[in-house]
Amino acid sequence: MIVARGVHKHYGAIHAVDGVDLDVRAGELFGLIGHNGAGKSTMFKMMLGLIPVTAGEIRIDGAMVAGHGGANGDFRAVRRKIGYLPENVVLYDNLTGLETLQFFARLKGVSQADNHALLERVGLTHAARRRVREYSKGMRQRLGFAQALLGKPRILFLDEPTTGLDPEAIRGFYAILRRLKGEGVTMVITSHILAEIQERVDRLAIMAAGKVQACGTVQALREQMDLPLWFSVRVAPEDFEAVRAALGHLPVGAIEAHDDHIAVQCRREAKMAVIAALATLDGKVRDLGVHEPSLEDVFFGFSD
Amino acid sequence: MEFAQIATVAGKEFWDRIRNRWVLAVALVFTAFALSIAYFGAAQQGTVGFRSIEVTIASLVSLVIYLIPLIALVLGFDAIVGERERGSLDLLLSMPITRVELLLGKYLGLAGALAFSTVAGFGLVGLVLSAQLDLAALFHYFGFMLSSVLLGCAFLSLAVMLSVFAADRTRASGLAIAMWFFFVLIFDLLLLGALVVSGGQWGGEVMPYLLLLNPADVFRILNIFALEDVRTLYGLATVFPPALARSDLLGLVMAAWIALPLVIAAWRFRK
Ligand SMILES: Nc1ncnc2c1ncn2[C@@H]1O[C@H](COP(=O)(O)OP(=O)(O)OP(=O)(O)O)[C@@H](O)[C@H]1O
Ligand SMILES: [Mg+2]
Repeated sequence: MIVARGVHKHYGAIHAVDGVDLDVRAGELFGLIGHNGAGKSTMFKMMLGLIPVTAGEIRIDGAMVAGHGGANGDFRAVRRKIGYLPENVVLYDNLTGLETLQFFARLKGVSQADNHALLERVGLTHAARRRVREYSKGMRQRLGFAQALLGKPRILFLDEPTTGLDPEAIRGFYAILRRLKGEGVTMVITSHILAEIQERVDRLAIMAAGKVQACGTVQALREQMDLPLWFSVRVAPEDFEAVRAALGHLPVGAIEAHDDHIAVQCRREAKMAVIAALATLDGKVRDLGVHEPSLEDVFFGFSD
Repeated sequence: MEFAQIATVAGKEFWDRIRNRWVLAVALVFTAFALSIAYFGAAQQGTVGFRSIEVTIASLVSLVIYLIPLIALVLGFDAIVGERERGSLDLLLSMPITRVELLLGKYLGLAGALAFSTVAGFGLVGLVLSAQLDLAALFHYFGFMLSSVLLGCAFLSLAVMLSVFAADRTRASGLAIAMWFFFVLIFDLLLLGALVVSGGQWGGEVMPYLLLLNPADVFRILNIFALEDVRTLYGLATVFPPALARSDLLGLVMAAWIALPLVIAAWRFRK
């Protein structure tokens, strides 16, 4: 659906994007994460055709949007398929929420009939006739999102869409994304809240210093990074030694005793062996938790 | 080029200016100035009340020539750079609209607002005066209004061009002020200086044509009744070539002053 090949963007000596290849498949929710200044927003702007690439090319649905010789094909047709929520979205202070949607719907050439439904969807019906000047940060963000949904786009670019949203709105936001995914919409999303991303995206790319360091499902990245996992074994303190003994012959990492449980670190290959060893302690183990490395651990692994 | 896209942007710009009462305020300023000039303009000569359309238009011209360029430059200097600086430009450009359409839409919307307030402001005064004016005088007054609109459009075009080139709003406003000084104050002084320095030899042939390089001067010539006045006004050594004073030709020059900066702006903005 979205294909980037050898994309570079240089601002003078700064290599904001430095040779990126990316394939976003049709209908997937694709995450783009990376440190501040990694080049995520720059990548977005090039995919949208807002800024030219220094080298490389980007295609959306087969149509070239950036690359040698510039855009080709019917750029309006491509744009009408796209919804965009910029980071730090700025709308017009003197327009009301409803007028904002009317203006952008007209520019997009889509029907005005959905405006009210969209405002309802992002929870702004009560503020439809208030000016954006009076909106809170989160309300602006919601209105920006409603704007991105105008005309039922097939592809959505959402740059840090949940900044400023309250927990309930974040949940509502991802519920909308789930529904759009059900309708086959392709979505590219960035966020710095990794816990939020890791459960929701199909695949993601980790960018650092203008390059894609890794790309795949969260699980694939974990395995690729080969980070250890943690067991938390709930046992009575007098049984701590028994657990240590049972695990003694296994290739486990740190074993830490806590108030009411033992934390055991081990490599993925040893996971089943550890579980088998703990099973021999029947009765003593009251509970067992397995903690996969979080996306945050993976992220730091790749960006170091 | 899709006209609907241009119209959407232009409509928004225009209604923004109507809603924040910019149009009303500017129209009132024009009305107030025109009325006071018409009735009190001759007070120095010891009389109060409307005297003649020639005197009124001449005084109006010398006022408007400062005022309208200033208003147009203030109106247009942040058209593009303002959107860029606030951060709303990216979203606009992600729409199915070309940069040229966006630029034209912005220009036409602002030009519409400026033209509307000019016509409303001076038109109201024209209506008030119409009882005392004959057809020829009304025609002159109408010409004054039309050329005022053209003057505004020309400086707005320059302002929009600045707004494309300038890196930020502060610089754009600085450039706008510099441009106002140059065209409204410095340009004529430079010409006069050249006249004086060259002992008048220079003035004869070239000077009338040089005047066309300044839209404010074109406006002034458009509103002059007797050609001889141009000569005295600018201290020209020879007569002003009558061919240059044809209002249709001068109108064309104004149109060029409107089109050229826009073309340059579009060329720059597309890159
Ligand atoms: N217009 C510009 N001129 C010069 N440098 C720029 C410009 N835009 C971006 N950069 C640089 O490009 C790099 C990447 O910026 P970008 O905005 O893509 O980062 P990001 O990954 O979106 O970061 P964040 O998480 O903070 O949003 C940064 O070093 C930034 O300074
Ligand atoms: Mg960013």
